[in-house]
Amino acid sequence: MRALRSSTVAAIAVAATLTAVAGCAEKNDSKGGGGKGAVEVTASDTACELSKKEFPAGHVRFAVKNKGSKVTEVYIYAAGDRIVTERENIGPGTSTEITAEIKAGSYEVACKPGMKGDGIRQKVTATGKGGAAVKRDPKLDAAVAAYRKYVQEQADETLPLAQKFADAVKDGDVDAAKKAYAVSRIGWERTEPVAESFGDIDPKVDIREDGLKKGQKWTGWHKLEKSLWETKKISGDDEKLADKLIEDLKDWKKRVGTAEINPTTMANGAKELLDEVYTGKVTGEEERYSHTDLVDFKANVEGAQKAYELLKPVAKKNDPALVKELDRQFTAIGELLDEYREGDGFVSYDTVSKADQKKLSDGVSALAEPISKLAAAVVTAK
Amino acid sequence: MTTDGTQQGTADDAVDEGTVSSGAPSRRALLGWGGAGLALGAVAAGGTAAALRTGSDAQPAAADATAGSAVAFHGAHQAGIATAVQDRLHFAAFDVTTDDRDELIALLKEWTKAAALMTSGAAVGGGAVGGLAEAPPDDTGEALGLPPSRLTLTFGIGPTLFEKDGKDRFGIKDRRPDALIDLPQFPGDNLDKTRSGGDLCIQACADDPQVAVHAIRNLARIGFGRIVMRWSQLGFGKTSSTTPEAQTPRNMMGFKDGTRNIAGTDAAALKKHVWVSEKDGPEWMVGGSYLVARRIRMHIEIWDRTSLKEQEDIIGRDKGEGAPIGKKRERDEPNLKAMLPDAHVRLAHPDSNGGARILRRGYSFTDGTDGLGRLDAGLFFLAYQRDVQDGFVPIQKRLASIDTLNEYIQHVGSGIFAVPPGVRDKNDWWGRELFARSA
Repeated sequence: MRALRSSTVAAIAVAATLTAVAGCAEKNDSKGGGGKGAVEVTASDTACELSKKEFPAGHVRFAVKNKGSKVTEVYIYAAGDRIVTERENIGPGTSTEITAEIKAGSYEVACKPGMKGDGIRQKVTATGKGGAAVKRDPKLDAAVAAYRKYVQEQADETLPLAQKFADAVKDGDVDAAKKAYAVSRIGWERTEPVAESFGDIDPKVDIREDGLKKGQKWTGWHKLEKSLWETKKISGDDEKLADKLIEDLKDWKKRVGTAEINPTTMANGAKELLDEVYTGKVTGEEERYSHTDLVDFKANVEGAQKAYELLKPVAKKNDPALVKELDRQFTAIGELLDEYREGDGFVSYDTVSKADQKKLSDGVSALAEPISKLAAAVVTAK
Repeated sequence: MTTDGTQQGTADDAVDEGTVSSGAPSRRALLGWGGAGLALGAVAAGGTAAALRTGSDAQPAAADATAGSAVAFHGAHQAGIATAVQDRLHFAAFDVTTDDRDELIALLKEWTKAAALMTSGAAVGGGAVGGLAEAPPDDTGEALGLPPSRLTLTFGIGPTLFEKDGKDRFGIKDRRPDALIDLPQFPGDNLDKTRSGGDLCIQACADDPQVAVHAIRNLARIGFGRIVMRWSQLGFGKTSSTTPEAQTPRNMMGFKDGTRNIAGTDAAALKKHVWVSEKDGPEWMVGGSYLVARRIRMHIEIWDRTSLKEQEDIIGRDKGEGAPIGKKRERDEPNLKAMLPDAHVRLAHPDSNGGARILRRGYSFTDGTDGLGRLDAGLFFLAYQRDVQDGFVPIQKRLASIDTLNEYIQHVGSGIFAVPPGVRDKNDWWGRELFARSA
């Protein structure tokens, strides 16, 4: 995981709460909003006026005008202040349009002059049948379902491997624990963005020492990694942490099926996995004591590739050139990683030269740049 | 989601139609109120309008060099050589990772389009804002609202593009110019491989460092998957100018540098010493030039402990006026015999090198400190010439062997590049003639 992750967690949490949404915001329109069928939102410093408070569920457009003197933002909230969609930084005198796919139900529109506080709220209702409102390419629904299955499988398969690791720690068997460490993390690393979307599990199981907040107790894999490789001693506290790790991973396994997954979060998740490789693995920061970074690297790439392969049928139709490039780069990074295989794993990362680290970094860039365009390719035809 | 498909089309269309896209936000358009307040370094550049050149030898373009204006991208020669030297530099060397000739050509075309846009002050592709919310913007955005800042992007090709490890990578091995030699090892060289060489290079010069960095960053991004960044260098103060009527800039040693540089208006000297002629060949290089880049670390702390007299003796000029030893004014004709035999100016002077002249375009750099508390500072030397074997090589051979200045400097990075002629129009692209009639 990344050392500084609060913003990432927040962003993913937002993405993950989009139950009602395969949502998106369209281009700023300098000509001003309005248009047929849009819900007009007139924001000022003291009011948040809507042209209608009832509209059919489905693809809903909000044409926002800021007539106030302060920069504002507009949120669409579902029950429990779950953010459906939002737009920040709407300057005085400017207009913008926000769109979202909204299921039938009750919502609140909030204007936040000065971009703070709970905002000025208006209750609105999306009418019609719930589930049928969001129309999506059935291929994408199939992709989401298959990815959800994959994520669950990874969690299911991780538990016994993690248990083996935890048992070795509790037995005080440093060698066995070291051997079990990296493989116990593979399923997690493959699907990490989904786990991160819960917000609370990742800081318990995968945080590094430098990522700890003030007063936060260090738990999880990396604390044990430090004990095994750096202090070379398993303490009584470590044994308790091994149990805690299993407990937290069980929580993950139980909740992973409920995670909000849609084509956009899948594609962005693939990108985030490569972001992790680029900032954490290639630099050797993630596994700074065990130097098993290449195992994580491989798992991150595999997880990204899985999401990609599932989205590929749709992406191929919308952006064939992108798919061709991604196929090529996934192959290339796989071949590059193969050069560092050793036994059933990979060479210790502290033996990888700076020049080779650059090659790996360059390989990730070559893949990550096109993968950053995948989300757009699954939601829009080019 | 269902988005109006036409929005996606604007970027490419705009590029095809001309340099400044109506769909992509233009930095100039965003500066509709004039941009005078954003002229930034342009005034400090001391550049006058006289020497902005982009076209033929005889006709300096009458461009406004005082307000961060645009330098024409198209012309007989690439801009960024004889055109007025801007304040800031970001130089980048790339290695090509694809082995597919068509992919390389496609990249060069994309690069050329992006370069034309950026030098005009526009954003690349579909711009930095206003695109699909789900997609990362085409342009990275840090130059939004900034004027073109006289940005020039100058493209070069290193020896390894023609042949690497004995392999003719792109079917152009037989088109490698004889003048694109592998530079010899000079005495005292301590070259860092990770700061040397490169299959391709791009020299970005601008009056605003952010504009130069933006250009390199976006070109690198366009290239990922086909190229990798090998090394790059920032420069913050020009050390030579091509505009002799302006004040001669000083280098990190505190001395005026480039007093006798080839002027951008001196068509005869450019023709004789800088531009590759038809007689020189190869045909695809006619109107181009050869670039030598050297990262020269200066041991500035010990230089600063050197007495004024010794500094002046070592350089061969006085420190205040910049006059040659024994003369009054900076531009007085030097009397080489009045200088010490190993004075820098004497050794580098054309009269000491069979008339060899090069067009210098270097920048000072300071890349923080070196871990020992010393400034990692020096000169990023850039020199253009018609043939390095008549230019940089003989001059540097002399300097490297006997120049007293060597006690204070060390060459730590090196590159040589063939810089093709200018991009003629919007259908032309960097390297077109190289790839046109081969294989």
